[in-house]
Amino acid sequence: MTGMNDVMDRSRGRIKSAAPPRRAVRRFTSDHALLGGVWLVLAAYPFVAPNDFLVSLGVLFFINLILIASLNTLMGFCGQISLSHGAFYGLGAYTSGILSVKLGVDPWIGVPAGMLVAALSALVIGLPALRLRGHYLAMATLGFNAILTVLFNELVGLTGGPNGLLGVAPFSIGGLDIATDDRVFWLVWACGGLVMLSILNLVKSRVGRALSALATSEIGADALGVNCFRYKLVVFVLTAAMAGLAGGLYVHYNQYASPETFGYFTSVMLVVMVALGGWGRYWGPLFGALLYTAVPEALRSLGDFELFLFGLCMILVLLFFPGGIAAAVSTLGNRLFGKKKAGGRA
Amino acid sequence: MLEVMGLNAGYGEIQILRDLSLTVEPGECVCLVGANGAGKTTLMRSLSGLLRPVGGSIRFDGQELARLSAHDVVTRGVALVPEGRRVFGPLTVRDNLEMGAFRHLWPPNKEKGRHDGFGRDLEFVLTLFPRLRERLQQPAGTLSGGEQQMLAIGRALMTRPKLLLLDEPSMGLAPLVVKEIFATIRALNAEGIAILLAEQNARMALRTASRGYVIAEGRIVNSADTAALQRDPAVQEAYLGF
Repeated sequence: MTGMNDVMDRSRGRIKSAAPPRRAVRRFTSDHALLGGVWLVLAAYPFVAPNDFLVSLGVLFFINLILIASLNTLMGFCGQISLSHGAFYGLGAYTSGILSVKLGVDPWIGVPAGMLVAALSALVIGLPALRLRGHYLAMATLGFNAILTVLFNELVGLTGGPNGLLGVAPFSIGGLDIATDDRVFWLVWACGGLVMLSILNLVKSRVGRALSALATSEIGADALGVNCFRYKLVVFVLTAAMAGLAGGLYVHYNQYASPETFGYFTSVMLVVMVALGGWGRYWGPLFGALLYTAVPEALRSLGDFELFLFGLCMILVLLFFPGGIAAAVSTLGNRLFGKKKAGGRA
Repeated sequence: MLEVMGLNAGYGEIQILRDLSLTVEPGECVCLVGANGAGKTTLMRSLSGLLRPVGGSIRFDGQELARLSAHDVVTRGVALVPEGRRVFGPLTVRDNLEMGAFRHLWPPNKEKGRHDGFGRDLEFVLTLFPRLRERLQQPAGTLSGGEQQMLAIGRALMTRPKLLLLDEPSMGLAPLVVKEIFATIRALNAEGIAILLAEQNARMALRTASRGYVIAEGRIVNSADTAALQRDPAVQEAYLGF
């Protein structure tokens, strides 16, 4: 009994089908071109920024972008909520920072080590939590973040405790320290670009589509041969490694780390920024990172009022632009240029 | 082709299927009728690997499926059209259909061409359901219930099944659309694909299949060819509303 094959053979006469299927290998899309263009424009930033302080905000922008874009890959494309992105950020920062301070390990080795530690701990949490459906990952990661905050604070011998980890060495290339804002800018610019490019290639691939599918219905995806558990785990580990990278960049730029940077509050704010930027939209994190970097500076004088305004913004965006800023921008663009419902998600 | 023997399955402490046995022969269309909660969906989930049975065996083309995961069962030629359709709403119709071919698109088969047979499979599905062709670029979530059911069946066909498991294809659909869906099921069966159909709509199911099983409280309580089942007073009273 050959069933389907017979049927297929009989219908062979009618093959003239549309475009070939989405390829498993990466291909060049309009988003790739846009990404290249945006990164070139961003490269102009240090030349037009009037002072070092604004360049340093540029550095933070790229670090935040890596955090938010990786979390968006997990939450937006894969549908899994993690409340410990701040902890993976911290693991990357403390691993590389401690290696540098205690053992004098070069940051070029320390940062990959930090990514590895973040990835391994994601594997350990993800293995049990991702087997269960629903919001188990959110709960497990919430606990994990709390544990790490305690460890960062209490392992005073290693982390320096609440006073922070002091004296972390900056990156250097052949004796040239990458310590000043304008030099670090190029490092984080390149890393941010690489992260955005890898995420683009992931979401445009066959696996990326499988992720969107399992975010909608795991039963549906399972029934078509997608190993949902494995894919969720891989994405969780991968995005934790990206957060670890952000942590490594942060600690060697700041040359200092303290526990409150990587606390529960950071994890929640990152989730908020993913939603504000545009849940599951490739360009969303760009807006999210912009907000996350710029708004606290603009509101600094307001003190605790900052949180109040963030909360208000969140409610307003979710009320009026449930797709986040990226969705609002693409709607506006379509309206301005008269494109009727292109259907493509930005 | 499919031989289920002494199947026990359930969720945690709760056992649903008790010592259940049934067979599907090549090219056959078999229906499974039973009330809500009788265990139809649990059986479908067990057969497709979504639920691991506690005991018993599921043999398909001589291979044991009971201990395989869903993604491995698919490659053996068993495809499930899940209850409630479960189409991927935000993805386009075309992307949904490509998801059906998920296991065929990688690794690319160099000898047989890059996407061995994909175009043929897609053309087959679109010929079967011309309405999907009109809506290829539309998000699946915007389709009507009947179109979503067509998409769910089409998506399952893209996996190149030898046995198609249909779980409540009539659920929530208007009577005319149900007729259309069942006509398609008959057409697919006529093309040689074996079908196991679980339905609460016993009337339609018994008209479509050639043989049927009646399931109650996780056990097979009756089995015969569908003509005999339709004449059976007990079946008439319980499921056909006479």
